[in-house]
Amino acid sequence: MSLRAATLEYATRHRLRAWEALPWAAGLAVFFLFPNHLAFGTQVLIMILFALSLDLVLGYAGIVTLGHAAFFGAGAYTVGMLAAHAGWSEPLSGLAAAALVAGALGLASGWIVLRTHGLTLLMLTLCTMALLEQAANMGAAWTGGFDGMPGLEFQPLLGRFEFDVLYFRSQYLYALAVLLGGFLLVRMLVHSSFGRSLTGIRENLLRMHAIGAPVRARQVLVYAISAALAGVAGGLFTQANGFVNLAVLGLDRSAGVLIILILGGYGRLYGAFVGAIAYLVLEHTLAKAYPSAWQLGIGLALVLVALYARNGVLGLADGLRRRGGAR
Amino acid sequence: MDLASILLGGLASGMVLFVVSVGLSVTMGLMGFVNLAHGGFAMLGGYAVVLAMRHWGLPFFAALALAFLAVAALAALLERTLYARLYRAGELDQVLFTIGLAFVMIAAVTLAIGPESQTVALPEWLRGQTDLGFLSYRSYSLALIAFGAALMLALWLGFERTRIGAQIRAAVDNRRMAQSLGVDVGRLFTLTFALGSGLAAVGGALGAEILGLDPQYPLRYLVYFLIVVAVGGLGRVSGVFFASLAIGVLDFVLKFNFPQGGTMFIYALTLAFLLLRPQGLFGKRA
Repeated sequence: MSLRAATLEYATRHRLRAWEALPWAAGLAVFFLFPNHLAFGTQVLIMILFALSLDLVLGYAGIVTLGHAAFFGAGAYTVGMLAAHAGWSEPLSGLAAAALVAGALGLASGWIVLRTHGLTLLMLTLCTMALLEQAANMGAAWTGGFDGMPGLEFQPLLGRFEFDVLYFRSQYLYALAVLLGGFLLVRMLVHSSFGRSLTGIRENLLRMHAIGAPVRARQVLVYAISAALAGVAGGLFTQANGFVNLAVLGLDRSAGVLIILILGGYGRLYGAFVGAIAYLVLEHTLAKAYPSAWQLGIGLALVLVALYARNGVLGLADGLRRRGGAR
Repeated sequence: MDLASILLGGLASGMVLFVVSVGLSVTMGLMGFVNLAHGGFAMLGGYAVVLAMRHWGLPFFAALALAFLAVAALAALLERTLYARLYRAGELDQVLFTIGLAFVMIAAVTLAIGPESQTVALPEWLRGQTDLGFLSYRSYSLALIAFGAALMLALWLGFERTRIGAQIRAAVDNRRMAQSLGVDVGRLFTLTFALGSGLAAVGGALGAEILGLDPQYPLRYLVYFLIVVAVGGLGRVSGVFFASLAIGVLDFVLKFNFPQGGTMFIYALTLAFLLLRPQGLFGKRA
């Protein structure tokens, strides 16, 4: 690529391309084509949003965390507890509350744990999550303990659209709309100068310090934003399903979202989409019939990805395209 | 329960933590490799003992020795063929690779043996109670404490008094310098990785009485093993020893006095401790 073309590509990188409408058209098409699979589709959309929030810290800022489910869970429990104990069951303001609580938690814990790095950081994120999980398990009077809170009811969306417990029609469109909002936010962030400085911190920490970038403040800020977004995904989970339990907070969910993002390709916006769809569709079809074989397959896939395909499915696709173009 | 019994119970579970985690600490300190599959080697050790005793009728200690050798050999093989490729990779790739490996181990054991939990049959003389004069306590817990203390002594002597031990210490402190002085760090790592995984296997079998043994073992206790390593400081045998005992005793006391709180206190304490001393008890400042 010539310098001029490279400069042009770089200067216009933030513009929306025509093909970027495709995923959303496909999302709408699913609504009309597979009316019986919208409950599953809603879970996929929620996981995409969660993976997108992880992409912000992991893919762009380069913060390796094993405890991101802490924020998903915080959002999920915020919405659940507000509905169960305070009678606050209006969905949109519930999501706002989830974002606020999870974001505040991200700000506080990020301010503390981001002083460290490497193994210690990994441990501290893990401990934060384990702490919340135990707290949720303990405070049974508020959180329902091990069983969680089943049978939560929410007011109609915008006062008009009832949540549809059988076919998930309104939940699906609601999740799609929230995902679109979250995606636009993340897209804007990563293309902004803030996003570029995050990439700089990931690529060369020392140099960013040397040019006077406020490294720690940026890391804490992106951690809090990402936590808020994960909280929205969690809140959406509670509202769409009408229940919340300890599974929203565990190592399984943290590892699951990490796997989804890596399989799809991190640090590239659409990796979360590809990863979540591929992983959840496979899980949905295979895991119930052959749970152990499924785990074996996922394990082998992870080993192979770590050894040979570090940029995930989209990275492989890029590699193939580049090889094709060189011929 | 009086104080002495609680203390002994905590020490016994602390010793199990020590035997399992010490290898993880040394390999992490030596190569900076985040090995989340370490608990998998402990689980394989436990299963090796159970199967060897059940199908071949081996006595307990022979099965234990066999488990050590088999798991150490498997670990050496995996280290040479797979782990070694990722030493220069980032943390993220190492995390993914080892989580994947843990999944493979869990699934393989579930498929081959089944999801139910297993019990290790102890020899007759370890089952009863021993009279210590001021109280009588479970013989097995006392044996665990004695074994852990003996292992600590052996490892300490090995690290402080042998040539290999000196090489490992040198490589943990400054790998480049050790390499330029002619220490073959790669070979050293294979050796310690095999030894550490073998010890984990022994710990998995010995601890089955306390921690249980089923296919979910590697991930269930992962956080515990990592906490011990992080609190003790990377690559420090004495650090792991004291961290294991402290965590074992604290956990036992807290669970006994506040059964509702469960493990929450341990996580909170670890968080607070690592913020004050990110390098752990005896670690060097990064």
